Amino acid sequence: MPRPAAKILLPVLTGVLFLSLWYGVRAVMPPDLRFLLPAPEAIGRALLANGPELARATLNTTEGATLGFLLAVTVSVFAALGLSLSPLMRVSLYPYLMMLQLMPVVVVAPILVLWVGPGLKSVTVITFLICFFPLVVNTTQGLVSTDRQLVELFRLYRARRGQELRLLRIPAALPYFFTGLRIAATLAPIGALVGDYTAGSSAGNGGGLGFQAIIYSSQAKYPALFATAAITCGLGFVFVAGVLVLSRFALARWHEAPDRKDN
Amino acid sequence: MPPPSPIVEFREVAKRFGDGPDVLADISFAAQPGDFVALIGPSGCGKSTLLRLIAGLSPVSEGTLTVAGRDPEQAAAELAFVFQDATLLPWLTVAGNVELPQRLRGVPAAARTAARHRALALTGLADRSDYLPRQLSGGQQMRVSLARALTLEPKLLLLDEPFGALDEMTRERLNEELLAIRAQQAWTAFFVTHSVAEAVFLANRVVVLSAGPGRLAEEFAVPLPYPRTADTRLTPAYQELVVRISRRLRSVAPAAVPA
Repeated sequence: MPRPAAKILLPVLTGVLFLSLWYGVRAVMPPDLRFLLPAPEAIGRALLANGPELARATLNTTEGATLGFLLAVTVSVFAALGLSLSPLMRVSLYPYLMMLQLMPVVVVAPILVLWVGPGLKSVTVITFLICFFPLVVNTTQGLVSTDRQLVELFRLYRARRGQELRLLRIPAALPYFFTGLRIAATLAPIGALVGDYTAGSSAGNGGGLGFQAIIYSSQAKYPALFATAAITCGLGFVFVAGVLVLSRFALARWHEAPDRKDN
Repeated sequence: MPPPSPIVEFREVAKRFGDGPDVLADISFAAQPGDFVALIGPSGCGKSTLLRLIAGLSPVSEGTLTVAGRDPEQAAAELAFVFQDATLLPWLTVAGNVELPQRLRGVPAAARTAARHRALALTGLADRSDYLPRQLSGGQQMRVSLARALTLEPKLLLLDEPFGALDEMTRERLNEELLAIRAQQAWTAFFVTHSVAEAVFLANRVVVLSAGPGRLAEEFAVPLPYPRTADTRLTPAYQELVVRISRRLRSVAPAAVPA
């Protein structure tokens, strides 16, 4: 592992190289094509100039992403418990869960808008659909792959089924659950964006980042489009960071963290 | 006084899994209260299966097996099991792990704490209550596992190669500690091991099993008096018995046949 100073300096260096490359490409581009790659400072200016409208869109997208994410977490936990307790359910439902993952959300999004109505409701449902699969699969996997010897230990001491679930299977599944949560956190803002790309137009609240992207694109406001993309990245970062903090808090004590004494 | 009734009694027991061949055949054997029985034999001779039958984790296929005069399924309260791995829950402290069996049985917290203190004192881990398993060495983890079994004050202690993964010195020290604990708590023990030296040091009866299917090949009495200490290993009587049993073990498990 590089030393701590290097762990900060190296990414900064990469960033500087990347920006130099960016300006370099712009410098060699024919001037009439430079609009395709706006200068970073132009993107910053667009961010400020469109501040209120982007802030509103960010808020809308965040709301949809958060609601859909939380809904997916809640439903997937119950679904995973059911699936883990019944092999019959597992065998019957797994193929359809796989299909759910393969389902092209962009294509079914317009149908969902017709079903549940435009705006936040659609955005939430679409985010839910995209987050649900990794959560349910990972959590189920965690609940059914408890160490065999530990299960035997519980059986030896005549643990009731509820005790086995509460004291053994659920804590043992937490690392798997958080893996699913991390994947879902990266997907949630993307799901919300796809959602209001399709369903945000008639939302009545001005729509989210996806809808804003359509508008900027149609108005050829490319720096603002880049700014929208940057905000989406930032939103994803916040989601993932939130999950990482949560997972550290829940697992660090006994799972994969450096050694430290707890009292 | 009538002779004590055996705590574990096998009568012509056979065990197979599904339609497979016999894993154990023709097992007739009785252990009296206070016996320390070491089971030794080549890999695949069914030593661990034998323990699992006694623990009621798996039913016998033929014959009868009684534990404390009852069906093994009904005798669970009388026995404790120590697995080859420490099988500790990584998210619980030493205290939480040691109290687990009693917690599962609904023993009140105060009684659990008292039993935990007693067990950890016996295994020399009184000051490690708040540690997590991953903060302990392999030997210490095994001690926690043993303490967990002892909280139940079992009549019968089943140990499945508990020290097999430890280095020689730690293993010898734990063997001495195990006997010291037994001097204070009268349980009957079944101890599965690959080590003849360990078997002779611990047990008053060493049972050699042969493989394919597992049968009782021969039983050796170990006349060495308890308490046994590290010095016991230096006595001619001990060493002579280790040699005799090793020879017998080699005759049931020819070196040419891979395990």
